[in-house]
Order: sequence, then structure tokens, then C-alpha cells
Amino acid sequence: MAQLVFGYFAGVIAVTAILVVALRNPVYSVLSLLIMFFHVAGLYITLHAEFLAAVQLIVYAGAILVLYLFVVMLLNAKQDDRYHRQWWVAGFVCVPLLLELLVLFAGGKMEPSPLLSADQAGPGTDNAKAIGITLFSTYLFPFEVASLILLVAMVGAIVLAKRDIGGSGA
Amino acid sequence: MTIPITYYLILSTIVFLTGVAGVLIRRNIIAILLSVELMLNATNINFVAFSRYLEDLGGQVFVFFALTVAAAEVAVGLAIIIALHRSKESINLEDFKLLKW
Repeated sequence: MAQLVFGYFAGVIAVTAILVVALRNPVYSVLSLLIMFFHVAGLYITLHAEFLAAVQLIVYAGAILVLYLFVVMLLNAKQDDRYHRQWWVAGFVCVPLLLELLVLFAGGKMEPSPLLSADQAGPGTDNAKAIGITLFSTYLFPFEVASLILLVAMVGAIVLAKRDIGGSGA
Repeated sequence: MTIPITYYLILSTIVFLTGVAGVLIRRNIIAILLSVELMLNATNINFVAFSRYLEDLGGQVFVFFALTVAAAEVAVGLAIIIALHRSKESINLEDFKLLKW
């Protein structure tokens, strides 16, 4: 049962990831990425990371993809007529990496020890509470730095996208 | 009832390589940013799988930070794209060759 669920999520994630790159229309790419984010959230739930699944849906699917859709429709992005002519570079980078991966996983013995135990953390454990405690004790300083990153990104985005009102005299 | 962590690694490698290929072969800047999102999600899958396998919540907290950085990256990247489109009326990567030899 667990393998069936994992197979479904993994298959949909792989197919939609390839569709994001392969589809020529940017709107279809963004929508395909949306489907992928939903299934990644499902995968997080099977991994008992319920808080991250919710955050994935709210932040990625709710905020980031809407931003992408806004920009795609704002700029009236047209269909790519063809791919970049350096696609053979991509082939040279990706095919050896994929072969290395296959050799690595085929050569290494599939030990029974690296198993994701499904029943270690019972359903009673509160994932969000545990993450909150970890975040505000061990990772308190990175948390504050993350807020600084968001502030800088906010100011930077406004300054970059600002139209020069009043011409060059400003 | 259990899934080896190797399967998660294979899945995230496939997604990551798809993102790398997308960055290299697409000519639309927005599609390139979408491919970067693919790569970030591949690393996030890895983080969560290892967090479950090692039973350490640090991996999930790192996914949280990666998400923050991804949000910042998207905001700044899309602002740059809008500024580029305003100056060149194009989002095709091959129209920006000012710094090419």
C-alpha cells in the first residue's frame, strides 16, 4: 500500500517535472509545476512532515506560483518556437550524471537497513509542535537571518521593478 | 510497508536533472526560473526523506529555510525580469547579449 502511494506520487512528480521543461507555452509550464507541488506536498505527508506539506501548499502553490502566473500574463509571454541551440550541452551534462546515478544505485547493495520506518513516530506525535520547538530553540539565529533575507528581497523587488516616475530628474 | 531511501534519492535526482536540463535548453527567462524551482524542490525532497530516515527534525527546518530563500529569489528574479522586459521588450534570453563576446 505504501509503495503504491509512493509510486503514484513519484510517477506524477517525475512526469510533471519533465512537462515543465518540455512544454513550450509558459502558462502550461506553470500549471504543470502547480500539479507537481501538490504531489510533492502529498509525498511530504507520507513522510510524516505534515507542517511542511501545508507550508508547501500555502507558500509554493499559493504565493510563488501566483506570482509566476502574474508575470507570465503581464509580459504576454509567447510560445517558444524552439529550444536553445546549446541543448547538446544539456545532454552532455545530464546523461552522464544519470548514468552515474544508475551505476551507483545498481552497484550498491540494497541493504534492508536504509528503510523509512513507517511506524516509529505514531500518529499522535505533533509534527508542527516539534518543528516549532526546534525552530525557536536550536535554529533561532537562522530564523532571524531568514527574516532579514525576506526584508532585503522585499526592498530589492520594489526598487528593481519601480517605474521611474518623474523621468530622470529623480 | 516501508520504502527504501534509495527510491527518494532516485526521484529527487530525476527532478534535479530535469531542472538542470531546463536551465540549459530553455530560451524563455521565466521557464528558466521555473527550472530553478524544480531543482530547489528536488533538494527539499531529499531533505525531508533524510529527516525521516535519520529521525532528526533539522532536515525539515532546513526545508523551511530553503522555502524562505526560494520566495526571496522568486520576488527578486521576477522584478529583474520585469525591468528587463521594460528596457528590451523581450524575455527571450538570446536578445540579451550585451556582455557576450
